[in-house]
Amino acid sequence: MEQALPLIFVAVMGLSLLLYVILDGYDLGVGLLLPLANDEEKDTMIASIGPFWDANETWIVMGIGVLLIAFPRAHGIILTELYVPVTLMLLGLILRGVAFDFRVKAGAAKKAMWNTLFFLGSLIASTAQGWMLGSYVTGLNDSVINSVFSVLIAVSLPALYIMLGATWLLIKTDNALFEKAVGWAKRSLLPAAIGLFLVSIATPLVSDVIASRWFQLPNAIGLLPIPLSCILVFALLFFILHKPVAQLRQMNAWLLFAGPVTICLMAAIGLAYSIFPDIIIGRLSIWEAAAHTDSLRFVFYGVAITLPCILAYTVFIYRVFSGKAEALSYD
Amino acid sequence: MEFDPLLLARIQFAVNISFHILFPTISIGLGYFLLFFRIRFTLTGDPTWEFIYAFWVKIFALTFALGVVTGITMSFQFGTNWPGYMEQAGNIAGPLLGYEVLTAFFLEASFLGIMLFGKSRVSNRVHLLATAVVALGTSLSAFWILSLNSWMQTPAGYGYADGVMVAKDWLAVIFNPSFPYRFFHMLIASLLTASFLVAGVSAWRMIKQVDGPATKKVLNTAIIVAAVLVPIQIWVGDLHGLNTLKHQPAKIAAMEGVWETERGAPLTLFGIIDEENKTTHYALKIPKLASLVLTHQWDGEIKGLNEFAGEHPPVAPVFWAFRIMVAMGMLMLAVSWWSCYRLWRYHTLAGFDLKVLSAMTFSGWVAVLAGWYVTEIGRQPWIVYQLIRTEQVVAEHGAGTVLSSLLAYCSMYIFLMISYIGALRYLSDKPAQSLSLLHEYTPATSTEERN
Repeated sequence: MEQALPLIFVAVMGLSLLLYVILDGYDLGVGLLLPLANDEEKDTMIASIGPFWDANETWIVMGIGVLLIAFPRAHGIILTELYVPVTLMLLGLILRGVAFDFRVKAGAAKKAMWNTLFFLGSLIASTAQGWMLGSYVTGLNDSVINSVFSVLIAVSLPALYIMLGATWLLIKTDNALFEKAVGWAKRSLLPAAIGLFLVSIATPLVSDVIASRWFQLPNAIGLLPIPLSCILVFALLFFILHKPVAQLRQMNAWLLFAGPVTICLMAAIGLAYSIFPDIIIGRLSIWEAAAHTDSLRFVFYGVAITLPCILAYTVFIYRVFSGKAEALSYD
Repeated sequence: MEFDPLLLARIQFAVNISFHILFPTISIGLGYFLLFFRIRFTLTGDPTWEFIYAFWVKIFALTFALGVVTGITMSFQFGTNWPGYMEQAGNIAGPLLGYEVLTAFFLEASFLGIMLFGKSRVSNRVHLLATAVVALGTSLSAFWILSLNSWMQTPAGYGYADGVMVAKDWLAVIFNPSFPYRFFHMLIASLLTASFLVAGVSAWRMIKQVDGPATKKVLNTAIIVAAVLVPIQIWVGDLHGLNTLKHQPAKIAAMEGVWETERGAPLTLFGIIDEENKTTHYALKIPKLASLVLTHQWDGEIKGLNEFAGEHPPVAPVFWAFRIMVAMGMLMLAVSWWSCYRLWRYHTLAGFDLKVLSAMTFSGWVAVLAGWYVTEIGRQPWIVYQLIRTEQVVAEHGAGTVLSSLLAYCSMYIFLMISYIGALRYLSDKPAQSLSLLHEYTPATSTEERN
């Protein structure tokens, strides 16, 4: 149990952060796409994420919470090092979260301003997250080459979020907006693919530890499905999205949304393989950083009971609000 | 100019948590009001309760959103500002925060969706349940965070292993000596804050003659709730104070401005605190009253600040914050009882009464902030009382970094506060019915096409 607990918690943390990237990723993506839509479409786009965004955002609190509970030393070090991007991300998330409500409650005159702030908040938050990921992967030291790498991820992550957001809109909208969303999804493919490709190439270059983990036989062969499935997903999405829109309308759009989700999943697996068993690459392993076993056990019971419940009612909420988005109404 | 990193970190944390607490304080209390409105509608079928709900749920949604986003900031601030705290006490603080996320955050955030937007998609029963879950979720969240805060004030159930703190007895940690008092004091404070907000906004709407009968109904509800709760709050506050005297006498000494230990200590109503010369100038004192209030004996002994040299909080802020909180409480008592009397006598409120209530809209915020300053500044110089000093756990950021992020937070918060009050004003001037029209833009699809 003593050895297993840090493993369990690192898995829970990974799962939470993965869910965060997928779930808040699509609503941040919708925020990033907002300026491209007309006023009426903006309302529908916001309506498509209305009932979900709050719970989506809770997954990052969960992820950071687990880091704090299970690996308090790493929590302190990581958040101290990432002070600037974390602050920016928080300011972005604040702006976006409140713009959501203010845009319909502060009066029609201010709606345009809150729409802009919703976009800006989404942009700041998603680039800051990319920056955080970049610094984290490079072991939290800011040499020039590492900073360039962080900037690279900082611009790639929003592209991935846009892919998630555009395909989410395919599930949630129809008519003209659906057609627009197809266009957005198409255009997001190339930047996201280039971003992912560059990040994959750069990661082993900036980190010897990661390079040694990936480029050794036979592991390298076992890892091949990760990049291959990403290439496959991009190719499939490219092929499908270029079909006539009328044909796309007949499709189950969840399958299209599954595309970027698969990419997130693969990236997460790749990242987990790169980092494990460290919690801070090359500096601190999960065993060294782990909290006291009694504390972990105490929280483990809570996780074991509540996490299935959380997942269950999350599914319930998604079912209640399934189907195309309607105007948000409190009635 | 030289900046003290500890002071900057403390100011930043104080700014963030002060701004944050304003919104949960409202939503914890307002959640129960909304539940009450929904239950009343379900039982009576009276549509005015639906109007009331339709109006207040919007303010709830706005307030809740502000609470969520500023709360996310808090979950990071522990690490960015006080990494040493998490290293030393993380084994205890972490799990308590973890249980808050696991049992409360997801629950609130998920069912809020149904509560706000699901009325046409689920049955009334499920919607009522969702409203109840959100209300309970906010209190559950308060339960865990107040448990942790109370543990920092009155640590219990801990031991040491490998040089850091660990829990020896989780029940003792969670239900530490000051927790029950602080929890109920805060819950009632939330309900009172919400009552005065509801009463204040409704009084404003009465003056503006918006939504006639519905507004009157909700105004009366809020006034009665306040009139019942204020005395209970004063009683609970007294119990809380006695508990503090037992466990944190230095805080009490600062609150009362008692410089030297004495029997039959007088109660200082007002005075100018002079920390350098350890005296209170122009003090207005009532003989023996402090002893009577705190020990319930005329000649009870009150320990003075002289007994805690170097280990007591700064006196003036604690002394003043305490007086502001108490004064606000007395004002709330007077206003709620006066309004109740007028209601009983004339069956409706008008003119001056409404203006007073409207002026009291945010009185709960003032009392809550003042109360938290008493308890938090009153704990200094400790982060965990008598175990870990705040200065030992502060992060080593450059003053420039902290100062610029502090400025960014401050400007953001000022902007948000102006927008929040502005939105409240805007919503208050409109009838609840037309509010729902705000959302009636053309749906993306007709109902038939929906899956």
